[in-house]
Amino acid sequence: MTEKATIVVQSGDMDKLYSALIIANGALAMGMEASLYFTFWGLERLKKGGLEKGTLSKMHLLGLGKWMVRRRMAKARVASLERLITDFKALGGKILACEMTMEIMGIKREDLREDWIDEYGAVGSYIKDARESAITLFI
Amino acid sequence: MAEIKVDVRGETCPVPLVEMRKALRRAAPGDLIEILGTHPASKKEIPMAVEALQLELVAVEGTDTDWVIRIRR
Repeated sequence: MTEKATIVVQSGDMDKLYSALIIANGALAMGMEASLYFTFWGLERLKKGGLEKGTLSKMHLLGLGKWMVRRRMAKARVASLERLITDFKALGGKILACEMTMEIMGIKREDLREDWIDEYGAVGSYIKDARESAITLFI
Repeated sequence: MAEIKVDVRGETCPVPLVEMRKALRRAAPGDLIEILGTHPASKKEIPMAVEALQLELVAVEGTDTDWVIRIRR
């Protein structure tokens, strides 16, 4: 059976979303299956136009810190979040949206990038995947 | 048997690994994939991925910052 990586994306911070997507893409590239479970602030990033809207988890400085980090990332030619998520889907990665978060935050399916989302689920779906995963992370 | 070229020179983590994997998915068994890159960690990590995917590592040549890796699917 193919090994799995299962990641909860709870944070909506830009830097943490980078970590989650880079790890998930690495797992797929090295032959694993990978699933991302978007919940709470993470789910905000799946809203239409919301992917790049996250703040920095540290030194955001009202956007100045993010602007500086983005400039350095562009110089180092780091891929955009859009590209990372497109590659993740192209390599067969699975994205799940937490239905409870949608209810709490008043998010409807049509508010989200439905083209990215494979499933709408709850904790049971996560546990089912996580219990048979070689890697599980909470970001 | 086809030869697929992947040019990831100037790209950084995780793009070289991801582009290698995308090329492998396009390739048929027996095809040769040639990857050109400049990202030092990927020179070590692409061979790790090749091992994990149980494919044949044909060659790793060049320096850490200018390398060619050949893989047979």
